[in-house]
Amino acid sequence: MNLMEIEDLGFAYDGTWVLRGVTFRVAQGEFMGILGPNGAGKSTLLRLMDGLLTPREGRVLLEGRPVHTMKRREVARHIAVVPQGQAVDFAFRVAEIVLMGRSPHLKTWSFEGEKDLAVVRRVMEQTDTLALAERTLDRLSGGERQRVLIARALAQEPRILLLDEPTAYLDIRHQVEILNLLKKLNNINGLTVVAVTHDINLASLYCDRIVILDRGGIRADGGPGEILTTQNIEAVYGVAVTASRHETTGRPVVTPRVGA
Amino acid sequence: MGAYTSRDTFTNVTPGRIGRLCLLMGLLLAAASFASLFAGTAEISVTAVVHRYFPALPFLTGDLTEAEAAIITTVRLPRVVLAAVVGASLSVAGVVFQALLRNPLADPYILGISSGSAVGAVLGIITGAGAWSVGIPGLAFLGALAAVLVVFGIAGRDRRLEVNTLLLTGVMVNAFFSAVILFIFSISDHLHLQRALHWIMGDLSLADQGGLSYTSLILVLGTVFLYLFSRPLNLLVMGEETARQLGLAVERTKLALLAAAALITAAAVSASGTIGFVGLIIPHILRLALGPDHRLLLPAAFFLGAAFLVTADTLARCLAAPTELPVGVITALCGAPYFLFLLRRRLRSSP
Repeated sequence: MNLMEIEDLGFAYDGTWVLRGVTFRVAQGEFMGILGPNGAGKSTLLRLMDGLLTPREGRVLLEGRPVHTMKRREVARHIAVVPQGQAVDFAFRVAEIVLMGRSPHLKTWSFEGEKDLAVVRRVMEQTDTLALAERTLDRLSGGERQRVLIARALAQEPRILLLDEPTAYLDIRHQVEILNLLKKLNNINGLTVVAVTHDINLASLYCDRIVILDRGGIRADGGPGEILTTQNIEAVYGVAVTASRHETTGRPVVTPRVGA
Repeated sequence: MGAYTSRDTFTNVTPGRIGRLCLLMGLLLAAASFASLFAGTAEISVTAVVHRYFPALPFLTGDLTEAEAAIITTVRLPRVVLAAVVGASLSVAGVVFQALLRNPLADPYILGISSGSAVGAVLGIITGAGAWSVGIPGLAFLGALAAVLVVFGIAGRDRRLEVNTLLLTGVMVNAFFSAVILFIFSISDHLHLQRALHWIMGDLSLADQGGLSYTSLILVLGTVFLYLFSRPLNLLVMGEETARQLGLAVERTKLALLAAAALITAAAVSASGTIGFVGLIIPHILRLALGPDHRLLLPAAFFLGAAFLVTADTLARCLAAPTELPVGVITALCGAPYFLFLLRRRLRSSP
């Protein structure tokens, strides 16, 4: 079943097209990666998928309905976004931040009920953030902060999780930790995951499907084995690479050709 | 504060806690008001007053002259109420402006409301209030509204109120109206000048029954309205994009909240002049004491702001008696050093 359909999507900032003619579908339960060089339109695509931007051309359908016309509250019950960063000017504690994820399920004037607290406890257990409950975001490491933002997104009980470079600024252990968590949520809870990333090799290892964006359009769309070819990567990133096979999974591993 | 239940792990904001906080802060306000009512150049016996208005209470005696009774009911009481109303208004508006502009250094005057209102008031004072049917408070209110309309008109193009545009527009509106005020000063005579300056420093002796009831009504309605949005305010301080992703209709909410806070500020300023620092410091103190949740901050700001300004006014009346100091001098004398202290802490804690 298609959860989201992106149809002939186009968007322009000040008359310059950032995305054009983008068409793809997101199936229920998929783990999808969006790759592409800086400026390819990845973040814009993510914002269009969440309905934060209104398409100039085409549309984004969430279960058959154009997402930018839906009420924010309703979008937030279906789609949760894990942003790249989070402002920390006002010192909310981790538990309070995760509790904010219940917002789309609450009335404007209301207190969190037992059900909300139960959901928050569950997602904090899943993301291993219960021990951080009393801390503030500015006292957390990059990996911990990322897990808290994922917990807040999960508290929305969404069907789709959109992530903007979830592994940026993390060391390899924390990158793997975050991706294993996402994989687990994808496998066990059937959560659909769409992640924008710069890390070709982690995308190759974790994603069922990858869309490569280039200059506002789709260059390739398919399984990692099909599309992570030297030809595609060299054309999109403009750098000479070699593609080999990962020892245990057989998936592509792309490395730059040094000195070539 | 009760057992450490599972709820406490996740949120300490419950109707019970808010109720207890309001009760505590309400008692503080009552004490401050009581003290203010009996402090002053005319020494009036507390027991005599209580005896007069509650004759059924035992063990209280004392005679109150008509003059003394008049001082309590027509001079001091309206003034205490005005101080409380203005203090509450400025603090509540301060909390909201700081949240919406995501700037802990913002105060209710940041969008030019104070200077717009001052232009109206100064104009009225210089030309003689009798020339205007709406009186000085009415003129001040119109000036404040003019400033708000200019700021919203400019910053509100393409239907978004972008924070930086709002701040810059506010700074410019403030600068422009301040220049207008200085211009009016330069062409006005000594006597009028002194009255106008007094107004700008904040003057609670302006309390009049009619204005007071309007100001109180706007405060109460505005605060209730803002309080309904206290949880969305929590989302907004996390950033507008985050708030949108968490399901909030940000532009609509922001416009409604800014308008309500601006209206409360305009009403307070037109009743009392531009009393500074209340709207900056009370929100800060409360954030330090209670944390950032607006479901606690807003009611606490209402009561503590009221108690603070009532106390400041008591000091203003008594410190240099029989001369009365402008209450704005007291709030600034307490406020500025405290603010610098906060700023230093902030600079030290940031990396």
